[in-house]
Amino acid sequence: MTTKIFIPRDSSAIGLGANLVADAFTRVVQSNNADVQIVRNGSRGLIWMEPLVEVETETGRQGYANVTSNDVDSLFKTIFAGASDHHEKSVGPVEEIPYLKNQERLCFARNGITDPTSIEDYLGNDGYRGLKVALSLDAKSIVEIVTQSGLRGRGGAAFPTGIKWNTVLNCPSDQKYIVCNADEGDSGTFSDRMTIEGDPFALIEGMTIAALAVGATKGYVYLRSEYPHAEEVFTEALLIARAHGYLGENVCGSKRSFDIELRRAAGAYICGEETSMLESLEGKRGLVRPKPPLPAISGLFGQPTVVNNVVTLSSIPFILANGASAYKDYGMGRSMGTLPIQLAGNIKRGGLVEKAFGVTLNELLYDFGGGSASGKPIRTLQIGGPLGAYIPESQFDLKLDYETFSAAGAMIGHGGIVVFDQTVNMASMARFAMEFCAIESCGKCTPCRIGSTRGMETIDKIISGENPSMNADLIEDLCDTMLHGSLCALGGMIPFPVLSAMKHFPEDFCLEPHANKAAA
Amino acid sequence: MVSTNQEAVISAALEKHSSTEGALLPILHEIQDALGYIPSDSIDVIGKGINRSRAEVHGVVSFYHHFRTHKPGRHIIQVCRSEACQAVGAVEVIEKLKRTLGIDFHESTSDGQITLEPIYCLGHCACGPALMVNGEPRAKMTPDHVDNLVNELRTKNHDD
Repeated sequence: MTTKIFIPRDSSAIGLGANLVADAFTRVVQSNNADVQIVRNGSRGLIWMEPLVEVETETGRQGYANVTSNDVDSLFKTIFAGASDHHEKSVGPVEEIPYLKNQERLCFARNGITDPTSIEDYLGNDGYRGLKVALSLDAKSIVEIVTQSGLRGRGGAAFPTGIKWNTVLNCPSDQKYIVCNADEGDSGTFSDRMTIEGDPFALIEGMTIAALAVGATKGYVYLRSEYPHAEEVFTEALLIARAHGYLGENVCGSKRSFDIELRRAAGAYICGEETSMLESLEGKRGLVRPKPPLPAISGLFGQPTVVNNVVTLSSIPFILANGASAYKDYGMGRSMGTLPIQLAGNIKRGGLVEKAFGVTLNELLYDFGGGSASGKPIRTLQIGGPLGAYIPESQFDLKLDYETFSAAGAMIGHGGIVVFDQTVNMASMARFAMEFCAIESCGKCTPCRIGSTRGMETIDKIISGENPSMNADLIEDLCDTMLHGSLCALGGMIPFPVLSAMKHFPEDFCLEPHANKAAA
Repeated sequence: MVSTNQEAVISAALEKHSSTEGALLPILHEIQDALGYIPSDSIDVIGKGINRSRAEVHGVVSFYHHFRTHKPGRHIIQVCRSEACQAVGAVEVIEKLKRTLGIDFHESTSDGQITLEPIYCLGHCACGPALMVNGEPRAKMTPDHVDNLVNELRTKNHDD
């Protein structure tokens, strides 16, 4: 019988040596003439265990963590001696690892289990069940199910997906578009990358359902240039989907036409902002457009356009296949369903944790994450990317819920949590926020374009001890202008990390606690 | 003036995307993938090819961090500066890279072999500090790994 050995092709796993392990396995398999099939699967999201090699056995998949090419000979012997749990790298049955077992994987149900570019694997693991349901419904009913599910945009803005789709559905036009925002630029986030590298057909299926729901015939995936491996997998997946009739002139024999074009971005953070992304897709500088008009009414090339994030669209197949309430039953308050959370930075067990809304930061940091990687106490975390607030330990009991976070002056964003231990200097993180804004500002509005540079200079003065209290007041004033005077979230939200750092960690800014208004 | 080879690459890119809507980014990517950069002299040719002004094309090329207008070294190291990598020592890795190579960001070593570029997130935030060498990721970098990496690239040059 052929033994299947799984070695992830996820780019983080590759960064940790997965390709070297795969090469070593191929060599040892060939030289032993063994009956082995090496499958390059996606990642389970247990990045701290990567490269995580899995071997299919009668009792399920057995895992071996942090495998290096030097382990391959001994691992091969262990596997074929039939004593697969006696290797020093063994972590036992993968499904039983608490980190994985304690998750609620709806969107990431297939990640790490399947070969990302095998349509047979996809179909064998509930793939295209959602599309089948959608093809039996009229457009309005599809939109209704998505609305009922409570799904909100996972890119960061948390706008209800069904309402957006309904606007596009009700806009009469000969040409409508589905645009998938895969410009995942927030530091600490990698769920879009993992979806595209590990389960690309889920995104293709989600976009196809969206197209049926609003009457679109063309889709674009705007993918970061920093993600060459995702580009490779998705390009392959598109060809396979077309060859099997899931994309093209006659989707699944329905006489409905829909196809997807992959577009590579070009390293501008601002193009993750939806209107800037549309400009970029049109071949222009990524300058932010004023809203209104909403992209749903006048989007790409002036046509009604659904713009959704990768995770939002990849959540759609589950909702159609299992019904709105199957999704809505997860979560709390108005945050329904699950969120693929990404544990990043200085964390012992970094990776992807898909949980229903309502999980606390403490549970994520300690039960899943195991505390800091360095072993030093965690001092703060940043959630929601470079525009997200720094959260002090006193707020680690916050529940992940859009409204709870908003009330605490924070945001969940795309669900990336960047952890810092006690060695972090918050003044330099605040300076970095301003510097990042200066580098990435599209330049359209003054508060962002000039304010970011002035902010950087002023924080430099504080760092060098030059009249910290007065300069802190200036920063607050500047942040107020940026917050209220910027067109988009870049200039409008970069004040959050800056002000939260000053408020919660005044000692890093040579300020007495409560010596400035921010601390009041 | 663009060279014959460059001209061939540019015409092929224009031809390939003659019916692509909003084709400028795909065209620029084709050119940079083939040549390693967008030669300044090609901007005029691209503009004529897609019926847009030189200023518009220049505006797009200069807007996006990904596009270069100078020939890079044969090896490109793109190192992440973002928060998640900073939380696990990216600053030290970057300093070591600059010191070992004797260059700053956006520069190439004096032998023209290695170019160093900053990048803002590679999506390896759970296993930083991360960088990409000629498109291949390296995770959990340390200052010590930098020595190995640079030696590896310099040996490669030698072998070629």
